[in-house]
Amino acid sequence: MKKDIILAGVGGQGILTIATVIGTAALVEGLQLKQAEVHGMSQRGGDVQSNLRISSEHIASDLIPEGKADLIISVEPMESLRYVNILNKKEGWIVTSMNPFVNIPNYPAIEDILKTIWEIPRNVTIDAEKVAKEQGSIKAANIVVLGAASPYLGLKYESLETAIKQIFAKKGEDMINLNLKALAAGKSYAVKRT
Amino acid sequence: MHKLLLLGDEAIAQGAIDAGISGVYAYPGTPSTEITEYIQASKEATERKIRSSWSANEKTAMESAIGMSYAGKKSLVCMKHVGLNVAADAFVNSGITGANGGLVILSADDPSMHSSQNEQDSRFYGKFTMIPTLEPSTQQEAYDMTRYAFDISEKFETPILIRVTTRLAHSRAGVQRVEMKEQNELHLPSDLKQFILLPAIARKRYDLLLSKQSLFENDAAESGFNVLKKGKDNSLGIIACGIGYNYLTENHPIDTIPYSVLKIGQYPVPRKLMNELYETCDEILVLEEGYPILEELLRGMLNKGKPIHGRLDGTIPMAGELNPKKVALALKLDFEDGHETPDIVKGRPPKLCDGCSHTDTFTALNEVVKLYGPGRVFSDIGCYTLSALAPLESINSCVDMGASITMAIGAADAGMFPAIAAIGDSTFTHSGMTGLLDAVNTKSPITVIINDNATTGMTGGQDSSALGKVEDICRGVGVEEDHIRVIKPLHRFHDENMKVLQEELEYRGVSVVIARRECIQTLGRRMKIKAQLKRESESAN
Repeated sequence: MKKDIILAGVGGQGILTIATVIGTAALVEGLQLKQAEVHGMSQRGGDVQSNLRISSEHIASDLIPEGKADLIISVEPMESLRYVNILNKKEGWIVTSMNPFVNIPNYPAIEDILKTIWEIPRNVTIDAEKVAKEQGSIKAANIVVLGAASPYLGLKYESLETAIKQIFAKKGEDMINLNLKALAAGKSYAVKRT
Repeated sequence: MHKLLLLGDEAIAQGAIDAGISGVYAYPGTPSTEITEYIQASKEATERKIRSSWSANEKTAMESAIGMSYAGKKSLVCMKHVGLNVAADAFVNSGITGANGGLVILSADDPSMHSSQNEQDSRFYGKFTMIPTLEPSTQQEAYDMTRYAFDISEKFETPILIRVTTRLAHSRAGVQRVEMKEQNELHLPSDLKQFILLPAIARKRYDLLLSKQSLFENDAAESGFNVLKKGKDNSLGIIACGIGYNYLTENHPIDTIPYSVLKIGQYPVPRKLMNELYETCDEILVLEEGYPILEELLRGMLNKGKPIHGRLDGTIPMAGELNPKKVALALKLDFEDGHETPDIVKGRPPKLCDGCSHTDTFTALNEVVKLYGPGRVFSDIGCYTLSALAPLESINSCVDMGASITMAIGAADAGMFPAIAAIGDSTFTHSGMTGLLDAVNTKSPITVIINDNATTGMTGGQDSSALGKVEDICRGVGVEEDHIRVIKPLHRFHDENMKVLQEELEYRGVSVVIARRECIQTLGRRMKIKAQLKRESESAN
């Protein structure tokens, strides 16, 4: 088993939470893992990404080679396109939120961005904020996206649930339940769609 | 003990705690900050009373660490690569003094300049100072090498440099801990004159350092961090340093690679191993994350030996960090690209946060500067450097910590009036205070704006050494009381802030305007903690 995942978004959108959930789930399954993060200057409202590699075998590089990523998980639609050069052209999936984060003056029309994403084979786009709101809070939008990506992770769904319970344990039962519901809602959307 | 999932930085921190340090000294700087933060948050470090407060700058950090080593205890000092320039005087001389308690210097390089102004390679400093240098390739090695560094520091009575780069510092992987070592008791060096670098003593100490060079090289041959694996195909031999090894083995798993591979993790590199590789292979490829140091040594100035490939002959680009693709191309392997990045993807540069005090300060400053013409705002290193970008485009320089004030002095000396410096509170106490003293001593007609957001913002909000001291420091170095002004950078005070700025720009002497408002990030965090505590106390009642 080996999955190379790019997590993408804008600084402050919570991609590291997604990384932590996947990472913890991978550890639950006894897999190896490497996760390269972006810290420092770029975190201030700029584009951020994390290279997450999970495998049953030894992992050499902290960075995913270009053209080899199995999956891009993005919490922002334009950001999902920034890393398609790293995506495997033949097999790779894009799973992204449809909700734009507009903090630059030349942000393109969202219709054009979605059209570009839909032209790439194997994509899932989800209105994560709407789905999260239906589950109780817009804050869980990142976990909705993770749910939508869950069929492509190569991990057991229960491992992701276990990870969420562990990670949100300190924040109380309500937060755990919110995020479990968000995860499930994201997953069911992706399964229905494909 | 089960494996911990640690950043490279955190693995170094845990390695140092487990090696028995009594102190860590550092100034925040990407990508090194998380080392000290990890130790500050570590329960074990607290139990062991490991001191871990931030230092005013890298030089004070380095010197304090030397002092702890003098007193017989183990100390770690951490900085980013350009911080080593600040600490260089103390660092280079620590090679001459040698160490008593284990002394390890960690420098985190930033090739590709993710958060830095250059991509200098700290291994040069190791060579320059003639001390052993370690370069881990994995998080596990980062842990193991940190422990090992303290061992050989005490064995050879010398400081040890560890060099990492961004991708290891900020990447997470499983790390296996081993047992914790005891901290040292206070004990003096056996030679009480060893740290007095008067010429007569320094000459002897230097001779001693020179005499240790062969020991350092032998150790690098035997430590297990430099390994030669012979291959069947002698057409190429590969030298892979630090994380260059990871990119090599990503392309060619080490069990199946046909070529001989020399993995480098400790310097000075043993000539014996280099020679063995060189003699058996037709050509050599050198993979170094950073400058072509080994490559240059190997090919020499005249390049008359075997073909040596790497950055110098263009096999790998001179600038920028390595990655799996660059190494694949250097190995002439087929490489299948991903999709082309569509044009619709626009750049999203970092920017000041919504509600940031710097935005209000520079908006006011921009309007005032318009009266005098552009090109007169010298700035510094911190979040406010982002005011260089649109829409503010306020500043004209960012060179090194503290340079805003001193560059303004030089420009004023050249006849510029008004000349303006814009610096942050933490950068001011790091390296700005001495420049301000220069300005006062020469009555330089400059205005210094100190953007006091009460934290070290860009690196994530570490304590600022300047907290609550800025006015006193300005007074103390001799700025006139009437020309130390405090403004609150908020949109509703825009007009009066402009007025204060203009009055002080007009003054033909040293003036300081302190623009004071808490960082919006640290404020948010503080409020969150407050709300959490309130909730907890309510539920307890």
